[in-house]
Amino acid sequence: MLTALIILWPALAALLVLLVKGPGARKIAFGAALVELVLGVWAWINFVPNGSTQFLLNEPWIANAGIMFKVGIDGISLLMVLLTVFLVPLIILSTAKHTYEKPSSFYALILFMQTGLLGVFTALDAFVFYFFWEVALIPIYFIAGIWGGENRVRVTFKFFIYTVFGSLFMLAAFVYLYFQTPGTHSSEEVAFYQLVLDAGTQSWLFWFLFIAFAIKMPVFPFHTWQPDTYTTAPAAGTMLLSGIMLKMGIYGALRWLLPVVPLGVSQWADVALVLAIIGIIYGAIIAIRQQDMKRLVAFSSISHVGLIAAGLFTLNHHGLQGAMIQMLSHGVNVVGMFFIIDIIQSRTGTREIAAMGGITQNTPFLSVTFLVLLLGTVALPLTNGFVGEFLLLMGVYQYNAWMGAVAGLTIILGAVYMLRMFQRVMFGEKNEITQGFTDLTFNEKAVLVPLVVMVFWIGLHPNTFLMISEPAVLKLLDVIKR
Amino acid sequence: MTSIILLSIFGILNLFVGFMKSKKVLMPVVLLFLAVALGVTLLDWNQPQSYFSNMLATDNFSVGFTAVMVLSTLFILPFSRSYVVAENSNLAEYYSLLLFSLVGGIMMVSYENLLILFVGIEIMSISMYIIAGSDKRNILSNEASMKYFLMGSFFTGIILFGVALLYGATGAFYLTDIAAAATRMDPGTAPMLLMGLLLVLIGITFKIGAAPFHFWTPDVYEGTPTVFTSYMSTVVKTAGIAAFYKLMSAAFGGVYAEWFPTVVAITVLTLLIGNIGAVAQTSMKRMLAYSSISHAGYLMIALTAFNDRSENALLFYSLAYAIATIAAFGILKYVGDARKSDDYTAFNGLGKTNPLLAFVMTVAMLSLAGIPLTGGFFGKLFLFSAALEQDMIWLIIVAVLMSAVGIYYYFRVIIAMYMRDAEGERIAVDPLATFTLISLVVLTVLMGVVPSLFNNLL
Repeated sequence: MLTALIILWPALAALLVLLVKGPGARKIAFGAALVELVLGVWAWINFVPNGSTQFLLNEPWIANAGIMFKVGIDGISLLMVLLTVFLVPLIILSTAKHTYEKPSSFYALILFMQTGLLGVFTALDAFVFYFFWEVALIPIYFIAGIWGGENRVRVTFKFFIYTVFGSLFMLAAFVYLYFQTPGTHSSEEVAFYQLVLDAGTQSWLFWFLFIAFAIKMPVFPFHTWQPDTYTTAPAAGTMLLSGIMLKMGIYGALRWLLPVVPLGVSQWADVALVLAIIGIIYGAIIAIRQQDMKRLVAFSSISHVGLIAAGLFTLNHHGLQGAMIQMLSHGVNVVGMFFIIDIIQSRTGTREIAAMGGITQNTPFLSVTFLVLLLGTVALPLTNGFVGEFLLLMGVYQYNAWMGAVAGLTIILGAVYMLRMFQRVMFGEKNEITQGFTDLTFNEKAVLVPLVVMVFWIGLHPNTFLMISEPAVLKLLDVIKR
Repeated sequence: MTSIILLSIFGILNLFVGFMKSKKVLMPVVLLFLAVALGVTLLDWNQPQSYFSNMLATDNFSVGFTAVMVLSTLFILPFSRSYVVAENSNLAEYYSLLLFSLVGGIMMVSYENLLILFVGIEIMSISMYIIAGSDKRNILSNEASMKYFLMGSFFTGIILFGVALLYGATGAFYLTDIAAAATRMDPGTAPMLLMGLLLVLIGITFKIGAAPFHFWTPDVYEGTPTVFTSYMSTVVKTAGIAAFYKLMSAAFGGVYAEWFPTVVAITVLTLLIGNIGAVAQTSMKRMLAYSSISHAGYLMIALTAFNDRSENALLFYSLAYAIATIAAFGILKYVGDARKSDDYTAFNGLGKTNPLLAFVMTVAMLSLAGIPLTGGFFGKLFLFSAALEQDMIWLIIVAVLMSAVGIYYYFRVIIAMYMRDAEGERIAVDPLATFTLISLVVLTVLMGVVPSLFNNLL
């Protein structure tokens, strides 16, 4: 029941928010998101990390076709649920200084999207998964399309077509798999895991599923929607997309690709890894050339997600655990970065790196938090990024030392573009637009402090989180290697 | 059968109601008639019966599709209110024609004999020829009527020719007898049988607006007054596809291998032409016309799959498609009348001026595009399931690609409504139509969240 409550609460709250006129909508949405946070933490407290799925709900949905509404939480799901319930209130809080037209619709869509995301992370039936996968997409389409910046219609549309195109292939694969299950068919996760499919079938199924997940992450060369969409969407939308939504792709691959078609994965793992590594280098190099801060972080995100994807396809313990923890870290860091960029943009009116300078001089608090998040992003030891990248690179090395070596360049390149940006924006001489730059407000601190705390928590004591996913990941590896 | 008799009587009664001075009473009366007919139809559920020496039979298949057609008509009529106000409109006649055409439709889904099929098609079509031209002073409407009539009669002739050949080959009009003869496939009569099958198939393909005999659809839909276009693209299509399915399953199920290549070719062609044609349109009404072609393609996937899932998938999809299409045409009618244009641009900023209309339209478009939370999603899922059970993966790839194309033109409406600046004032919608629109949304979402209420009925 708890899982159902976790999924449904934001949707109910969204309906409530819709009824509120004016700026009260944000407060109610924030309150609802806090309640959701409590629910998530409650699940965490009661969760026993033993590899089993807990808080199970299994009700007939399309009964005569054997399709169940089956949701539950295991170690892998729990980390994603925690990430979602942790970030959404912060994202809502981060919008305090913006005044949106039709705030009730805006915040209702955010909450509605949370329902979709949590449904994706807890679904244990392929069709339930697909259902929520698309449900999460609709709100972000409207958020980015209605409240976005320049060219928002064209950009959002491209994003939408891209992802739906991918997910339709996923749907076809799911339906096919459903018919391969014995007896009265079933689309449950376990039924898919038990399927024995020949290598040829797995080979094409791999691509049907991979395309859907790769577009969402996004992995090179399916990434072309991403920088534009991130740049155009309103700050809250970008945070939702980068912080949580792209994890849907990684999570989906973990849950529905690797264990379902392991032969297909081993056939194509090299190709997938090469694509991922191209993405790492390509994203980083383009990031170096960016003049717009938001675009820079968008490309850096392609680079970092590339590494997570590479870790996934190594199919070893380090790679998968690294992917798990890095999903959390990336979520925390990227949301923090985009928020700081949003702060800078709202103070100066621009995101041009060249136009800025000397901001540190008036803003001790901002400078420190920015630096912490940035160091987390470039994976400095003791920060969250280090744990994930270390494990991931170890995983890739185990798979293939050459690939590991090339993927390792991400650390150097990451430091190059991030520190350059920090130097040019924060240090140097003040100019007219950064002259009167004020430090963080209380609200902004309230968003950033929890993020900074997480950077150190994951960095100093990663075991808090690694041990949640460890048994589930080991179990998953057993399924893959069966 | 009772519904056929009742609707015929109601049609005639309605003509007398038309003599009354006030036209306001017409719509409530017709809605009542339809509600009665729907109730009577549903009474036949699980009560199979046959009539006229088994020339016509009611079973769950026919009851299911009859219910979809009557329900669709019930939902369509509230949008015809503006005709009540307009002078000189012969509303009683139009309503009666709709009732009569429903009779034809019901015959098309409950025939056991090809002659009944033919009579049903004619009853339905002739009403439609007149309805298409009901906007007498509009040159487009005249053209639509003329075009539809000429083409329609031509293709009816082809069907009749096919029926004659089938009779020549098998000596029977009954589906069961034809099925027996078809499975035997005597070498002497086989060519005649197959030719007959092909001709009937071509004729029905025309009626449901599938490619390559779709060319009349955009023009006729565009010229016909919007409310009646809505009827054409839902009720007429449902009747056609159900008749098609019944013909293939009851008479030619044994020779699946013979007709499969033709039907699958038509399906793919229809999907391609419908979807790609819709992309190029600037008029919302023409887009919906092409979209209805593409949905004929999706419906035909059930036929190509031809297994125990097909019937249910067909019924579910027909209902989901009809509901969404009626909502879309209903709103188009209001927007088109108020802003004097059927283009996408007429919808600009509708999200601001009429949030409810925009919301309903959004749900309808999402459903037509097959996005979850709506009935259209499960409709597609069930259809694809039927095809994938037969391992027709390549067909599904085509359908998936075309669905992605579909999103392009359905979302143009959503973009216009929410992401463009408003042009024009708030549009007034009368309460009955508002209520209907809300019911349509509720039904669509219900089908999208608890599909088990509606699937596997047959």
